[in-house]
Amino acid sequence: MTTLAPAVSAIAPEGNTRPIAVRCRQVTKNYGSGNSTVRALRGVDLDVFEGEMLMMVGPSGCGKTTLISVVAGVLDRDAGECSVFGKDFSALSGSERTRFRGQTIGFVFQSFNLIPTLTIAENVSVPLLLNGVGRSAALKKAKDMLAVVGLGDRVNEAPNRLSGGQQQRVAISRALVHDPKLIVCDEPTSALDHETGGRVMELLRSVAMSGNRSLIVVTHDNRIFNFADRIAHMDDGIVDKVVGSAKDLYGPNMAAK
Amino acid sequence: MFLIALKMLFNDKAKFFGIVMGVTLASLVITQQGSIFTGIMTRTFGTITDMSYPDIWVMDRKVQFIDDIKPLADTALFEVRGIEGVASAVPLYKGMIRARMDNGTFQNCNLYGLDDASLIGGPGVMVEGRLEDLRRAESVIVDLEGATSRLAKPGPTPDASRVPLKVGDTLELNDHRAVVVGISKGSRTFQSQPNIYTTYSRAVTFAPRERKLLSFIFVKAKPGEDIYELCERITKRTGLAAYTGDQFKMLTVNYFLKYTGIPINFGIAVSLGFLVGTLITGFMFYSFTIDNLKYLGTLKAMGVGDGKLMAMIMLQALTVGFIGFGLGVGIASFFGTSMKETQLAFRLTWQLVFAAGGAVVIICMLAAMLSVRKVIALEPAIVFKG
Repeated sequence: MTTLAPAVSAIAPEGNTRPIAVRCRQVTKNYGSGNSTVRALRGVDLDVFEGEMLMMVGPSGCGKTTLISVVAGVLDRDAGECSVFGKDFSALSGSERTRFRGQTIGFVFQSFNLIPTLTIAENVSVPLLLNGVGRSAALKKAKDMLAVVGLGDRVNEAPNRLSGGQQQRVAISRALVHDPKLIVCDEPTSALDHETGGRVMELLRSVAMSGNRSLIVVTHDNRIFNFADRIAHMDDGIVDKVVGSAKDLYGPNMAAK
Repeated sequence: MFLIALKMLFNDKAKFFGIVMGVTLASLVITQQGSIFTGIMTRTFGTITDMSYPDIWVMDRKVQFIDDIKPLADTALFEVRGIEGVASAVPLYKGMIRARMDNGTFQNCNLYGLDDASLIGGPGVMVEGRLEDLRRAESVIVDLEGATSRLAKPGPTPDASRVPLKVGDTLELNDHRAVVVGISKGSRTFQSQPNIYTTYSRAVTFAPRERKLLSFIFVKAKPGEDIYELCERITKRTGLAAYTGDQFKMLTVNYFLKYTGIPINFGIAVSLGFLVGTLITGFMFYSFTIDNLKYLGTLKAMGVGDGKLMAMIMLQALTVGFIGFGLGVGIASFFGTSMKETQLAFRLTWQLVFAAGGAVVIICMLAAMLSVRKVIALEPAIVFKG
């Protein structure tokens, strides 16, 4: 893990040579209109480097989920610039955007979102099927991936027969199986106990980071902050602080704000 | 992805069976009620179907259906025979007659008088006796349905079951003695009275006296003659109506469609089946989609395009439609087959199966459209909202 000084810039400094995975400049997003307009993002500047795990923290309603939705191309921004590996979603057609997302981004959701009527191997094979891999090859690769996360003996079981931690391991397998360059995780440990959450983060750190991937992890869980390379703190629709460790953010006792 | 769509459908067993039952119910009601309607309509022209010999039926212009008798003068027969292209023309008497039963009660019957020489127009299937036996004195042929029910004789004791009329028994028709020489079997007709067949000359003596007694003229065209042109020629020359068998059937059906409440009654039943099926299927399918919205959103976020999601939903809808349609038509067919020997008018035609299939496709498309709208409007960002 890289330890950076407090108040690291949210954007890469002049002359930076480190490859940038995600680049956001003055991104805004509003919900609703008129008097009921909610300004979810009010000009976010943020860079995410290749091969780093960036955690996004901040109080509820500060815009974390909106920002990763915009970054992942599942929500349109209102203004500003946002590119992922040099591609701006707003410049792509609907089908190009869908294809790019399917190839480039893996998702880990708070409530796992495994399709309950499919086996876990079938769930994991979905991204491969979307990328044109044949069914049997996709299933084989999915089973191999499940073996990596320690579920190789349960590939034909339904998701609801697994514990929360196991289901999140399946979700991680699904996010990684097609070898995406960016993984977006939304509260990956919030439904898990401390020990299981720690194991899931270790798995994410060891498996997901192995291929020079970038990870953006939205979380409230300060127990997992020490897995991050950088922590971006958001408040009221902007990234107000980017630090290298939880200590820099919350002080030596690492207590959450 | 289509396999995944089907697994999502099949593995949610409660919803799956609910949707299938909705489609089954709709296709069952549409097919079953439609078949009964078709069966009843077919019965209206049962007599025309059984009398398949003539190429052309000639009758008074005012005749609207097979039982609407407007007698012709006997000279009409000779006029028709003289028309170019007519190979033969024979008379048919069709009327009502009262048969006096052994216990003194009366039963109204349909009386058919066939051409004495050719016996054209006689029943196609003889259960007992021969058609030629009509040439014997006082002879009549009675249809099986009438012989075993309305014309059956009382049993020897009040509690005993009735004794079917058989060959050799006698009847009293309008004060004339008639001897049963055969039992025939024909298509059921719209009328419930027994059918009695005899020769034309005998029929006109049995029948109540009227100035004109010729009901129809059966025409056989010469080989190679255009039937429709011959019909026009007969009409032009005689002023009478001339129809092919199929035209006369349609005339009869159209009369019943226009002047009876049959179509509206069955139409309401069929519409209700369609409506109930659409509502049940639509609601269940929509509910199924809503239950899966989170997963559809997940797929959308992961890179499944709107087109593919729509195709997945359409596949699910058509799959339940196909299964429900098969079950519905199967149950209706079983119902019809098991009731074959009863009075039920049931006729399941390929056109009806096709129409029911079309209705099911519409039901499924309506159900799918409701769901597709929801999925298209779905923001994939919903998956981040827990």
